[in-house]
Amino acid sequence: MRKGDTILFQTPPSILSYAAVGGKKEAEGPLAPHFDQLFLDSRCGEESWEKAECTITRRCLTLALQKANLSASALDGVFAGDLQFQCTASAYAMRAFDAPYLGLYGACSTMAEGVGLAACLVACGHMKYAAAMTSSHFCAAERQFRTPLDYGGKRTPTAQWTVTGAGAAVLCAGCCAPYVRAVTFGRVRDLEVTDINNMGAAMAPAACETLLRYFADTAQRPDAFDAVYTGDLGQIGSTLLHQLLQREGIVLPRHRDCGLRIYDCNTQNVQAGGSGAGCSASVLCCEVLPALREGRMKRVLFLSTGALMSQTTFLQGESIPGIAHLIELSSESDLPQKEGL
Amino acid sequence: MRTDAVKYDRMRRQASPPSPIVKDCLCAFFAGGSICLVGEILRTAFLSAGLAVKDAALLTSVCLIALSALTTALGWYQKLAAHAGAGTLVPITGFANSIVSPAVEFRSEGLVPGVGAKMFIIAGPVIVYGTIASVVWGILYFLSKRYMGG
Amino acid sequence: MQYFNAFWVGGAICVIGQLLIDLTKLTPARILVCFVVSGVVLSALGLFAPLAEFAGAGASVPLLGFGNLLAEGVKQAVDEQGLIGVLSGGLSAACGGITAALTCGFLASLLVKSRDQN
Repeated sequence: MRKGDTILFQTPPSILSYAAVGGKKEAEGPLAPHFDQLFLDSRCGEESWEKAECTITRRCLTLALQKANLSASALDGVFAGDLQFQCTASAYAMRAFDAPYLGLYGACSTMAEGVGLAACLVACGHMKYAAAMTSSHFCAAERQFRTPLDYGGKRTPTAQWTVTGAGAAVLCAGCCAPYVRAVTFGRVRDLEVTDINNMGAAMAPAACETLLRYFADTAQRPDAFDAVYTGDLGQIGSTLLHQLLQREGIVLPRHRDCGLRIYDCNTQNVQAGGSGAGCSASVLCCEVLPALREGRMKRVLFLSTGALMSQTTFLQGESIPGIAHLIELSSESDLPQKEGL
Repeated sequence: MRTDAVKYDRMRRQASPPSPIVKDCLCAFFAGGSICLVGEILRTAFLSAGLAVKDAALLTSVCLIALSALTTALGWYQKLAAHAGAGTLVPITGFANSIVSPAVEFRSEGLVPGVGAKMFIIAGPVIVYGTIASVVWGILYFLSKRYMGG
Repeated sequence: MQYFNAFWVGGAICVIGQLLIDLTKLTPARILVCFVVSGVVLSALGLFAPLAEFAGAGASVPLLGFGNLLAEGVKQAVDEQGLIGVLSGGLSAACGGITAALTCGFLASLLVKSRDQN
């Protein structure tokens, strides 16, 4: 069923299993105990940073499949993406899995996009099992987007730290908590932020737009949710999201940003917080989904936010378009009983 | 959404913490000053060893470049620069770091397209525009000598 | 005293660089370009020599000194060879530093791998 931009599932698909893998800095962060595996060697024993990310991705999907007791060939589709040029981390990782692969690029928004698409295809029966997975690697991203790792430079306080990690979720028809109850695919929003060291600010308008549309489409209120997660807005982006929503008359209680959950900004020297496609994916799979399965949270909105520029558009002086996709997750499958109706 | 780009720009400025300028400048001052001090110590040593002024200057540069390359290769230069900012960027050690770090980083793309080509991603423009400026100066100097009697 | 002058003049030049980073949108690469070109200009205007006299390595170690080398090299070559010196003077004066850096970069790339910043 469709209302505005929001797809509401009559029979919500389930997230059958999930896994999160992280790197060294994630192992030093507050969510460390919840990861399924942590690679303390950033290279994961590989020759290049790109191969290391590929290994992390591969490991993550393997773990998710193991938990679901499935083989890769049972998957009818894998929606995956990352930050490397042409999404090579995902594509190369998929050499190890004999399953149809659909490469996505939504920058850091890819996880919600992937889960949303997988949920749609599972809900209408076109796929029995589908997986969504994204990854990022600090070193691979740094050498591609910024400077060589050994280059001496000072980070500005608005910069964010790319998460080394991956998250993978396997979806199937409704059978167990957590359920994906609704999906809102976002629209590109650009309020002319050009500062590549302030991605949170570039993405906050898109997050605001998607949230507004979801609330308008479903007539839900923000306080109906145990938490509203955003992907990687960081400190500045989160502040701006609250301000933007306030101007629309919406207060967002219980907002959590994955970029601020995964690191301790005060002690870990990550400036404004974490970012990267692996940021929202790993926090989704190590904090949000377990809490929903165990009933510690009942209803959650989860947004992944992405900044869709490239090195080329940045050098050409273009501003940074933002995107945010939303999924509504719940520990119960039945549609909400609206009070007074 | 009711917020437009102009308004948002103002909100963004307010929400973004500024760089701690005083602290940054102090770090840059002491780091940069120390590197220059090391340079001066070396230069004095070379001069007192009987080297010509030009040779002493060259050897000083070479020593600092080698030192920068060594610390870059050990991963220390980046860690120092994360605090020192321009203090490690502006001296000749920063120039060396900008050549050594991509050389190390892009080794995985091969010796020619990786190491050979990427060495110049940051240092290239410096050499190009320095050279262009020197050509402009050379022409002006030549003309001034010829037509204004130097 | 010459050590002290080298320290504070060198430090002060770096502070100018830091102010450019913090207060303007200039990227580090652009700032390096600015410094080298400024070095050429200062040298051409005859301002660099007194500074170097006063501060020694405090003036020559920052990239201004690299610009000064280029400018001095061109000037000397024009004096000796005329107009052709415009082409040969600059880089040949600065070639020692560039060659040292390229050699070090090549050797380092053979010996070590890049490291995570964490």
